[in-house]
Amino acid sequence: MLLNQFLLLAAVLFCVGVYGVISRRNGVMVLMSIELILNSVNINLVAFSAMTGAVSGQVFALFVIAVAAAEVGVGLAIVLAIFRNYRSVDLDDVDLMKG
Amino acid sequence: MPALLLAAAENADAPIYVAQNIAFGIIAAMMIFSAIRVVTTDNVVHAAVYLVMVLAGAAAQFILLGAEFIAITQVLVYIGAIVVLFLFGIMLTKAPMEGNEKLSRDNWALGGLTSLVLLGLLGYVLLDAFGEDKLPQDLQPTPTGAVSDSIFGTYLVPFEVVSLLLLAALIGAIVIARRD
Repeated sequence: MLLNQFLLLAAVLFCVGVYGVISRRNGVMVLMSIELILNSVNINLVAFSAMTGAVSGQVFALFVIAVAAAEVGVGLAIVLAIFRNYRSVDLDDVDLMKG
Repeated sequence: MPALLLAAAENADAPIYVAQNIAFGIIAAMMIFSAIRVVTTDNVVHAAVYLVMVLAGAAAQFILLGAEFIAITQVLVYIGAIVVLFLFGIMLTKAPMEGNEKLSRDNWALGGLTSLVLLGLLGYVLLDAFGEDKLPQDLQPTPTGAVSDSIFGTYLVPFEVVSLLLLAALIGAIVIARRD
């Protein structure tokens, strides 16, 4: 197997995630797109770990999974707070800090 | 006939992993389709289910790469916990379930252009840097003991920092989402 096939798959997933972050209005959907991005990073890390034979890549993938779990917890709490204040999760409504 | 034998001899010392490559192709196609559906579907619950398919495909790729512990952790943490958290978030924010609400911005084409440019750039750089690099021929599953030795040896301090981060995220989530 080529190393590049995993790296290119991760690149495609990353770009799809970036598109989702840019184009989605719903706060929950933006968080889902961020999960796509973090997952593509994990595929990269594990592919390089298999390439070099070092375990460090897998350990970093585990750290990324832990940080992603923390990020989703706080992110959904923020979305809930936004929903409580604005009665919607449309991110276009949240323009309090817009100049 | 000699040419055929020569080709066979060349193939003999460079084994082709047909089964692994077919599995990779099928799983990768499923992942890309599901990922695109995650960011384009008009139904939030469907998006969560498609996200499950992407995450399960990533776990399968980890198994193909010999990282079994990461694959199991992926299934446990992502599919078991994070997707359920997403479904709770969808439920608590009374997101539209009929599929008639607009979930994407009007200027989504600009976002598509941005990500296409990014994809072209990434693809060019990856093909240029790692063109024909092959994974090791004798790719063995990584023993879980090696991973845990690395976590509790080399990366002990980052591991403790991650546990503190999880505690901080727990307290932060409670404080932010609390009704007062």
